[in-house]
Amino acid sequence: MDITNYVVLAAVLFAIGATTVLLRRNAIVVFMGVELMLNATNLAFVTFARMHGDLTGQVLAFFVMVVAAAEVVVGLAIIVTIFRTRRSASVDDVNLLRG
Amino acid sequence: MTPTGFEISGGETVLFWVIAPLMVLAALGLLFVKRAVHAAMCLVFVMVSMAILYIAQEAPFLGVVQVVVYTGAVMMLFLFVLMLVGVDASDSLTETIRGQRWIGLLIGIGLAAILGGVVANAAFPPARGLEGGDPGGVANPQALARVLFGDYVLAMEAVGVLLVTAAVGALVLTHRRRLAPKQTQESVAEARIKALPDGVILTPLPSPGVYARSNAMDTPALGPDGEQVPQSVSRVLRIRGQERPAPPGPAVVSTSSTRGTTGSAPESEKDA
Repeated sequence: MDITNYVVLAAVLFAIGATTVLLRRNAIVVFMGVELMLNATNLAFVTFARMHGDLTGQVLAFFVMVVAAAEVVVGLAIIVTIFRTRRSASVDDVNLLRG
Repeated sequence: MTPTGFEISGGETVLFWVIAPLMVLAALGLLFVKRAVHAAMCLVFVMVSMAILYIAQEAPFLGVVQVVVYTGAVMMLFLFVLMLVGVDASDSLTETIRGQRWIGLLIGIGLAAILGGVVANAAFPPARGLEGGDPGGVANPQALARVLFGDYVLAMEAVGVLLVTAAVGALVLTHRRRLAPKQTQESVAEARIKALPDGVILTPLPSPGVYARSNAMDTPALGPDGEQVPQSVSRVLRIRGQERPAPPGPAVVSTSSTRGTTGSAPESEKDA
């Protein structure tokens, strides 16, 4: 097996995550799509680290994980706040700024 | 293991071909599953499989961190928020932008095609591997820590600040200001006594009547005057219209009870 297969898998998962973000309406599921995209890039980073024999790729994947954790905390807090005021978790209902 | 003679073992090949299709299936579940909870379960599966792939790819530390941070913390956070928002908060099917579904699908497939093309056309160098076999190799957590706290120590500090900021930000965002004074047991009791002239009852409501024929939350009790007491039936049943009429009228009750007591003695004598 070629190590490139891991990169292909990462690309497929990234595309599925992006499609989830584009298609789903529930804000939480959209957020899960973002998480899937971040995970796919992490897999690519780890694969490239192995491919080049350099640990920097793993370090970058580690930083992506930490930033993703911070992003999840703030994003979910925003979703909860919006749900409290609008009683809805759908991304279509957040249109107060619509002209 | 020489740098040029890097080979992926047969075991890892089997692992990859078992796990990768399952991962893609679970990820597609994220796209097609109706309920948000099921989508979260699919994502948990993808993340655990990803951790297995990390460990197979000579990144044991990242594999453990993946399990602890993603499946342990992040997905539990997702499930908690799903619990707060309500499990039934499923997708609305009305399209606010016309044709958004097809455009989104087209963009997703286009993205997959572009990424696939790039990966297929890129000329990767021959893989070298991290030489994780020997204990002094560079793939173990010590080597990773040396890079993390050597070359990237400033980024590490910045990430620490980011995490604290995110935690405080989440606290501020979800904080709710109390608009009314807090209700205590004492204040509730005072309010009820104050509302006594308006028809509030202080005592517990009468319990429903229990009859052998229908047992009997839905059957109103009879007062001492023989009238039905509508408050004895649960409010929910009354609103739903599932209240049953009390079987005997006042006269029937009195006659049946007297008949029961008076008739018991001769009957027992007859039996004996």
